[in-house]
Amino acid sequence: MASEQGGLTEYIQHHLTHLTPHAGKGGFWAVHLDSITVSLVLGVLFSLWFWLKARKATAGVPGRGQAFVEIVLEFVDGQVKDVFHGDRRVLGPLALTVFLWVFLMNAMDLLPVDLLPWITGKFGIGHFRAVPTADVNMTFAMSLTVFVLIIFYSFKAKGAGGYMHELFTAPFGKHPALWIPNFALNLVELASKPVSLAMRLFGNMYAGELVFMLIAGLFSAGAGVAGWALYGAGIIGYTVWGLFHILIISIQAFIFMVLTIVYISMAHDHH
Amino acid sequence: MDFNATLIGEMLSFAILIWFCVHFIWPHINKAIEERQIKIAEGLNAAERAHAELKSADVKVAAEIKQARLQATEIIDKAQQQANQIIDKARGEAIVEINRLKASAQDDIAMMAQRAREQLREQVGALAVQGASRIVQREVDASTHKALLDQLAAEI
Repeated sequence: MASEQGGLTEYIQHHLTHLTPHAGKGGFWAVHLDSITVSLVLGVLFSLWFWLKARKATAGVPGRGQAFVEIVLEFVDGQVKDVFHGDRRVLGPLALTVFLWVFLMNAMDLLPVDLLPWITGKFGIGHFRAVPTADVNMTFAMSLTVFVLIIFYSFKAKGAGGYMHELFTAPFGKHPALWIPNFALNLVELASKPVSLAMRLFGNMYAGELVFMLIAGLFSAGAGVAGWALYGAGIIGYTVWGLFHILIISIQAFIFMVLTIVYISMAHDHH
Repeated sequence: MDFNATLIGEMLSFAILIWFCVHFIWPHINKAIEERQIKIAEGLNAAERAHAELKSADVKVAAEIKQARLQATEIIDKAQQQANQIIDKARGEAIVEINRLKASAQDDIAMMAQRAREQLREQVGALAVQGASRIVQREVDASTHKALLDQLAAEI
């Protein structure tokens, strides 16, 4: 039992190890090549796909591909329109990119957890994590970009003076004694946005991946009849969690998009 | 990483997931796509139809205007004709009336001339009788010579 437990622990630990040029050493330059590769490939794929459809777009009856792209676009644009009442030329594409990229990266979770490592293993790469959004670096990369945009649009919409005025006088009031509490609260609020954005997505995806691994542990948990029973249970559990995960990846992508829209439209609001 | 039964189990689950997507998720997306295509096609069709209808309506309007103009000219022609007819009729009546009046005036003139002539005749008769009686120096019995005098007057 202890050895099996050790096997599962080792299995999970193995799967939670990123592909880095300095495996196991950590440190700042231990770049997660797997996250970068998968996210880049997915980003390029979706960009190419939408670019091709956009280039061939007609004003007449759309083909199936164009209709699909239009549906996605209209959905995202509708979400942006509901929240943000300004020029959507930047926020619309931003929301579309966030939604589709996060969705595709999340969708990597649905691939068998051993598939990509097995394939890369054939090329001598033992560690490979397929889900970029289960990498805290990836989610923070996106949320910090959103954070920079929040700051940028705060300055752009209110001006440096207006933004500073808001940071020091909202929400409590204009009294000089309240400047410091106001500013502290605003800093907390500001900092909480990228942190919550990144941690929510990371937590969901990481936990989802972990559950997949735990269920995958059932496949090799026993021997004989019990082993086969556990194997069947593993398939059922893996499938059920996979089905549930379809919902989770969509919702997480949607939440990330909506919160991005909300945060940036809040940056435009005057208090 | 060794290849083992774990991966096969995961692949089986993945196959089920794909089957699920093919049967329960993709049809919905497909339906949305097709509905959208149909909606757009219908919209374009409707627009084209409206365009064609507008064109035919324009043609109809032009034809109707042309006909109305034709009718108006017809009515004007008719009215002119009628006016001419009325004028002609009035002229005819006027001529008849004039002729009638002329005729009656001529009758009057003739009658009056007749009367004057008769008066003159009578006076001439009387004068003749007076003259004759002066010449004869005695009264001519008007009654005895009435026939003679009348004959004389008639001759004048």
